[in-house]
Amino acid sequence: MKRVFVNEKWCLGCHLCEYNCAFANSGVDDMVKALKGKQINPRIQVEGDNNINFAVSCRHCAEPLCVKGCITGALSVKDGVINLDSEKCVGCFTCVVSCPYGAIMPGDNGKVAQKCELCLNNSCGEPACVTGCPNNAIVYEERG
Amino acid sequence: MSEYVIIGNSAAAIGTVEGIRRKDKDGEIVLISNEPHFTYSRPLISYLLWGKTDLQRMKYRSDDFYDKNKVTALLGETVVKIDKNEKTVKTQSGKVINYNKLMVATGSRPFVPPMKGLEKVKNKFSFMTLDDALSLEKAIDKSSRVLIIGAGLIGLKCAEGIFDKVASISVVDLADRILPSILDENASGIMQEYLEKKGITFYLNNSAKEFEESSAVLNDSTKIDFDILVVAVGVRPNTELLKEAGAEVDRGVIIDEKCATSLDDIYCAGDCSQGFDLTQNDKRILALLPNAYMQGNCAGKNMAGEAAEYNVCIHMNAMGMFGYHIVSAGSYDGESYTVRDGENYKRLFYKDNVLKGFIIMGDIRRAGIYTDLIRKQTPLSEIDFELIKEKPQLLAFSKSARENKLAKIER
Amino acid sequence: MGIDLFYPEYEIVRDQNRCIACRVCERQCANEVHHYDNDLNLMVSDTSKCVACHRCVSLCPTRALKVVKSDNTFRENKNWTHDKITEIFKQAQTGGVLLASMGNPQDFPIYWDKILINASQVTNPSIDPLREPMETKVFLGKKPDKVERDENGQLVDNLPPQLELSIPIMFSAMSYGSISYNAHESLARAATALGTYYNTGEGGLHEDFYKYGPNTIVQVASGRFGVYKDYLETGAAIEIKMGQGAKPGIGGHLPGEKIVGDISKTRMIPEGTDAISPAPHHDIYSIEDLHQLVHSLKEATEYKKPVIVKIAAVHNVAAIASGVARSGADIIAIDGFRGGTGAAPTRTRDNVGIPIELALAAVDKRLRDEGIRNHVSIVVGGSIRCSSDVVKAIALGADAVYIATSALVALGCHLCRTCGTGKCNWGIATQKPELVKRLNPDIGCEHLVNLLTAWNREIKEIMGGMGINSIEALKGNRLMLRGIGLNEKELEILGIKHAGE
Repeated sequence: MKRVFVNEKWCLGCHLCEYNCAFANSGVDDMVKALKGKQINPRIQVEGDNNINFAVSCRHCAEPLCVKGCITGALSVKDGVINLDSEKCVGCFTCVVSCPYGAIMPGDNGKVAQKCELCLNNSCGEPACVTGCPNNAIVYEERG
Repeated sequence: MSEYVIIGNSAAAIGTVEGIRRKDKDGEIVLISNEPHFTYSRPLISYLLWGKTDLQRMKYRSDDFYDKNKVTALLGETVVKIDKNEKTVKTQSGKVINYNKLMVATGSRPFVPPMKGLEKVKNKFSFMTLDDALSLEKAIDKSSRVLIIGAGLIGLKCAEGIFDKVASISVVDLADRILPSILDENASGIMQEYLEKKGITFYLNNSAKEFEESSAVLNDSTKIDFDILVVAVGVRPNTELLKEAGAEVDRGVIIDEKCATSLDDIYCAGDCSQGFDLTQNDKRILALLPNAYMQGNCAGKNMAGEAAEYNVCIHMNAMGMFGYHIVSAGSYDGESYTVRDGENYKRLFYKDNVLKGFIIMGDIRRAGIYTDLIRKQTPLSEIDFELIKEKPQLLAFSKSARENKLAKIER
Repeated sequence: MGIDLFYPEYEIVRDQNRCIACRVCERQCANEVHHYDNDLNLMVSDTSKCVACHRCVSLCPTRALKVVKSDNTFRENKNWTHDKITEIFKQAQTGGVLLASMGNPQDFPIYWDKILINASQVTNPSIDPLREPMETKVFLGKKPDKVERDENGQLVDNLPPQLELSIPIMFSAMSYGSISYNAHESLARAATALGTYYNTGEGGLHEDFYKYGPNTIVQVASGRFGVYKDYLETGAAIEIKMGQGAKPGIGGHLPGEKIVGDISKTRMIPEGTDAISPAPHHDIYSIEDLHQLVHSLKEATEYKKPVIVKIAAVHNVAAIASGVARSGADIIAIDGFRGGTGAAPTRTRDNVGIPIELALAAVDKRLRDEGIRNHVSIVVGGSIRCSSDVVKAIALGADAVYIATSALVALGCHLCRTCGTGKCNWGIATQKPELVKRLNPDIGCEHLVNLLTAWNREIKEIMGGMGINSIEALKGNRLMLRGIGLNEKELEILGIKHAGE
């Protein structure tokens, strides 16, 4: 399956991916309307210092600890993609303490978790972080 | 002759089914549970009372789970005997079912210590199963004064679940602080203060000396009137079936890294089992849902002939109290590093160049990076410990370690 | 210090209704124009630092930014223009030579835009390049005077070494040091993918790029930086740089602070030393001297590689080219006065040299008149901006063209003309690692390949329209050109008729 991979060599630390992610998952059709005046809580997060930058989002692990540890069954794997059913999630955040990448986090209201679903469940169709990356530092592809 | 028999219907049992089905798509699976319910998540009973979930949503798997996985579920049947020679299990209703591989995931039951006068209390409850929760829900109303014996995870989650639906909640515990199994003294104090502000009354370093029908007198002679009593002092693993069958049993059923018991073709997982605890370097009962699932999953793979080992078992817990979150993992052993900033509290424990454990309250984001350090026993000399102390971040790892994490597929 | 006499030339206009304070502009501006004001809770910009490179404009996710020319103005004066006045301010304050980047921006005639191309009607029907073969391959190098046969009547291979180009366009010299590693990698990979050549400039060849040698022209310039045996042997051709269109008669100077790490290693000079390319080659004071260098280089490479001599288009360019053709060079590259540079004295850039169109026409005619046109190929550069410029250059007599500024624009350059600051926000004219990484060669290469692929399609389209199916048949075909708005002298030099004639 196609996954999001990050190449820190090309990451500029511009944080556009975070904003594109927040917009893609806002359900609003205009970025200004979606994000103006808001503290964003994106599903991809840029880490780094003055020299190194890279973005981290769900790796969609083959043996996902978050799914295995989920106490509600809200996390599940479908065609390799780890999805979160926010209706089932009760926000215990066992997934947060399970994920080795720190890639699943409390959602906007703090009541349920949120995570990257590769933009397959919003209107984008393919990861907004990837399409918006100005330097191909984030790619969406098959790797062996 | 069934290929697989599973006793139990919670996380460990479901993990076993999913473990088996990775390889063996067709072998018959019979699942036997003494509870009459479709598989549900036990830890959600407090959320059910709180109104954050409902009976449908708290199902642990989708409605078609048994069908899709070709599982014959015998719900409401209690297994009374395992015959390891005949390779059969016998139920209370007299059914005898053969197995080729057996999973015992019988979990645990509430422990109610002998207390004077307890028999006089009519409205007394445990808080473990869905039925416990449903009967408690029926018994409480807006005027109920609730006394909870036990300030551990179960007692406090019960308090959270019913908080909005009752008049008052008092919690009594023999220990001198709350949540002693997952928090250190500082964190216990912070959480206690928080809960007291919410309106919960604690009687710590104390215990019920004697009960009347609707009152209790504590060791220090305090008298507490109550309408509802919840006893949540602890649990005991259900090990009897395997003990009688001759398996090695300590506090729980001893299992190896394949999650197999000492008996041929019999596996055990979850709260009734006692497996290797990585940070304690010893076999312990780790009664935690993620652990139960992973043990069951590992056992299931082995039962179906796919070699699997689960030897990275650690204590790991995530819980919230009214939106105030606590996560913790590992053991609280060695040197420690503590920061407190308002409602945020963090303590890391490290020893012998590895992270041993942590407690975080408040800002719990990315705590899994710490858990991973514990689980993988990553030498702290290989990472930038100062950076990781500051906050959980992948920047603390080497470039090549990061590349493995972010540019490759996790195996 | 006195009074600050400079009002910013550009203004940043931020639509606060659209700005979401994502701070991408702040993070992406090496000139530190933007910052977030905690008190105002707004992004604010210091316009005086803006160089109009448009990095922020391009990356702003909500299109909240634009850069506009300031309408602040001096009292209007056709003679004392804004530039002239502010340049005086600058020199009065600093006492220094004015420096500028990129090509001559002054309002001189651009002859490409005053030449029109023919098309077939009725007779000599046009060709549809989608249906019929169309040859854009060219070979650069000396062509033999005649066909030779041995005593058995078999053809004797008397063809001197040639460069084979799939398209009549090459990337001209830009040194590693003046542009970044990633820019070089983009050019090298694109040249390889396109079947053409890029040029090292006078910066040597980074060891990582030796693998692109078959598509590399290695340059030997007056400083001789980075020149040694392996370097010469690795390139497909060797170019002797006598001059550069942007600064004819002037040498080069890369300050010591930029001579660090790989740049020092590649140039083969110690870290921290200034890299000074003298104005002349100190061993070349005559065509005979040039002849010696040409043949030294040929000796060194066993006569396997064509040698290019690059000169700037200056007043006597035709006579100089004639001399060069007789020096043994296989290819003459002529660089017009609009050619780019990382840094040149402003007065030189803006006032020295002549337009490439006139130089090309004069050189081609001179070599034909002297009967030595086949002794050399002609490559022209110095602001080839589009495919029709290429077609016109070939019809005027060029064998192929060099592009550099166009290539940089394809890599993201917005012609802000501040290359000299080393703070190129597009990762091109900089050596700062955090800026260099902004140019991912995967993207850079793709854009260059796209650009030249597009141009090549257009070239075929235009040639087809004329009923011409190969670059060879277009070369020097001045009948296909007409001038517009040109005087008799200009038409005479260009060797074309006026439109309507």
